[in-house]
Amino acid sequence: MADEKKPGLFEKGGKLYWLHSSIDAFDTFLRVPGTVTAKGAHVRDGIDLKRVMIMVVIALVPAALFGMYNVGLQTSTLYGLDWNFWHMFWYGLLRMLPLFVVSYAVGLAIEFGSAQIRGEEVNEGYLVTGFLIPLIVPVDVPLWMVALAVAFSVLFVKEVFGGTGMNIWNPALVARAFLFFSYPSSMSGSSVWVSKTWVPALKDVDAISAATPLAIAHDGAFDAATGAVGQYSFMDMVWGFIPGSTGETSVIAILIGALILVWTGVASWKIMVSSLAGGLLVGWLGQLAGATAVPCYYQLVMGGFLFGSVFMATDPVTAAQTETGKWIYGFLVGALAVVVRLWNPGYMEGMMLAILLMNTMAPLIDHCVVSTHTSRRAKKALTA
Amino acid sequence: MSNNLDLKKGLNIPVKGAAAPEVIQTVSPDIVAVKPTDFKGLVPRLLVKEGDTVKAGSPVMADKQRPEILLTSPVSGTVQQVVRGEKRKLLAVVVKADAKQEYVDFGTKAPASAAETKDLLLKSGLWGALIQRPYGVMAGPEDTPKAIFVSSFSTAPLAADLEFTLGDALKDIQAGIDALSLVAPVHVSVKKGANTFAQLKNATLHTVSGPHPAGNVGVQISHIAPVMKGDLVWTLSLLHLAAIGHVINTGKLDLTRKVAVTGPAAPKTGYVQCLSGTPVKAITAAAQGVRVIGGDVLTGEILGAEGYLGFFQNQLTLLQEGYEREWFGWAKPFRPKVHSSSWYNMDTNLHGGPRAFVETKCFEDVTPMDIFPIYLIKACLAGDIEKMEKFGIYEVLPEDLALCDYVDPSKNEIQAIIQKGIDLMIKEMA
Repeated sequence: MADEKKPGLFEKGGKLYWLHSSIDAFDTFLRVPGTVTAKGAHVRDGIDLKRVMIMVVIALVPAALFGMYNVGLQTSTLYGLDWNFWHMFWYGLLRMLPLFVVSYAVGLAIEFGSAQIRGEEVNEGYLVTGFLIPLIVPVDVPLWMVALAVAFSVLFVKEVFGGTGMNIWNPALVARAFLFFSYPSSMSGSSVWVSKTWVPALKDVDAISAATPLAIAHDGAFDAATGAVGQYSFMDMVWGFIPGSTGETSVIAILIGALILVWTGVASWKIMVSSLAGGLLVGWLGQLAGATAVPCYYQLVMGGFLFGSVFMATDPVTAAQTETGKWIYGFLVGALAVVVRLWNPGYMEGMMLAILLMNTMAPLIDHCVVSTHTSRRAKKALTA
Repeated sequence: MSNNLDLKKGLNIPVKGAAAPEVIQTVSPDIVAVKPTDFKGLVPRLLVKEGDTVKAGSPVMADKQRPEILLTSPVSGTVQQVVRGEKRKLLAVVVKADAKQEYVDFGTKAPASAAETKDLLLKSGLWGALIQRPYGVMAGPEDTPKAIFVSSFSTAPLAADLEFTLGDALKDIQAGIDALSLVAPVHVSVKKGANTFAQLKNATLHTVSGPHPAGNVGVQISHIAPVMKGDLVWTLSLLHLAAIGHVINTGKLDLTRKVAVTGPAAPKTGYVQCLSGTPVKAITAAAQGVRVIGGDVLTGEILGAEGYLGFFQNQLTLLQEGYEREWFGWAKPFRPKVHSSSWYNMDTNLHGGPRAFVETKCFEDVTPMDIFPIYLIKACLAGDIEKMEKFGIYEVLPEDLALCDYVDPSKNEIQAIIQKGIDLMIKEMA
């Protein structure tokens, strides 16, 4: 046993003190710190960032679990493999695990490293980012690409600004944007959405095209009589039995997550509601203008719209900070996403770009809200 | 201007250990301390030395810059000790009480003008009870405020029930209002549904309801007549309003009060009748590892078991120090401690480590004022005077944003940040 008077190995003055950021991270992961209040309020609520972040992860779990099942389902259906439920889920789980492992390993390594360099505590923000990234990319995307995207986004979108709480853009979305623009052949098109790489029987089979409903609708294959987009009915899209990024397909699973987020107050319901309103309005206008034959509410269930509205646009760090600003911000996210979808020949999905653009604009929105408020206050003071 | 405030935002913290409305003990302390540290903006100069005899109401200290501001002894006796801290900072004057109380006679003639009121307050040592807004420092005798605000109830966690402690002092309170209304119009806020203080006259009454901090006078002012740049208002606690009235009615300074002994670690909760400056030991016992707080859990001051009750305090809160470390706290996100609605034995644990600001709405939800808390906080951190003014630094005191300390998941010290901002304002605007 070490002499009590000597500082501990990892305490100030100890030999391995330089490692204290990492040690603290593991230590506080195991046990809540024993620090007591020194100034200000003498009691504090039990909530801390670890709990906030874990709450978001819990909210993401339904979408992730369904996504795993859907990965297997899509492969089995498209290639006529006739798997049972557990086989489908097992395949999806195996397929997703490496993505999660790579995402967390690379991201957390950089987080620990930079916390170590700064001598600060390790931030919890990556717990959510690392969980989000595998859910918003095609399941067959090569792991090295994920690693590269994660490294880019954590380093250049988060750490250079000072870590969680200081970043301007949502790191998970930037990781996706990085992949989207650097490796378009692995990220878009109609053959990336259904996994086949890990099925030995399909080794020599060419990838069969399986377009997402969003792409099908974009090409105009909408059957107004049955309400089906290609071979997918509206209810298929609500349940999520469609190709797409793993986490984004099931409306039901995402809504369960949304309920958890709103109930615990972690994410703003105002952003979610106004984003849906913006999407609906522009979708309706687009239908009137003849840009699309698809009814406006289809915009909410196709592609990543709902997932983006619930989990990405609501990120408290990168969204608008004022309550009025949140209404404006959310509305514009939804509206812009559908604008990109309808009036743009290039890509079908506008959610990622809409949220990143609005992340950039959020401080401006807040600035306008706050200055309107302060000038109103100043006027009130003059008349009072 | 509204006479009826119905505030929705805020939070009542579920701390256990409320005091039932009964006096469990009456203490006549052997020694009593006068602490200049209770008064913000006062630089004390000693007027007595050890061994001097004083009466209740005799001056023991004065302000260095404004010598007309006096601090007086609440008991008659002999000066036992002058307590000094680092750099000979004057911490307290301890007076050994006589068995029989002798009072300085301030006369029973009611003041007829603003000058007479001010004079009486200065002489009796009650001037220090007047706090000026902005900045929350002791009022200046030369100033004339726009208005004087008094809150007749407290919504702070486990706070003393003023209807119980001061309900029988209505005559004194009225006399106090009459005298102060010579200086400036007096506004008294009354809890919705409470009748005792609704009978007060010669003052504008406002009915207020809502969760904490609805009872904070600063929150009420921000809705009644917001403090803007160049404005000056005074505030005063009901306790001291009654003491002022008592001096006017009887000619004697009486700082006796019913102190609420509260908190989960209090051996016995209830009200103890005692004087300002009474030793904590005489009021309640505190076990090892218990924090004794003068005031409430949000804004109180750590007195310690050897400390003395402060001039403004009518509550003691006892809390267990929370050094215990909980296993896998993050894995229990839905446990009752998160925005709990059930009352429990809180301790002083921080429940997490400090981080950068992440949540934004939680501050707004507990701040029923027309400001953006997060912007004000960031302006204070940046030391940006112009922005602090714009975002309402004149309106707030740390106590008004005390709940932000409590709810912040990033564990920032909001009250300390605001106080730093205010200190900077005082320095820069002087």
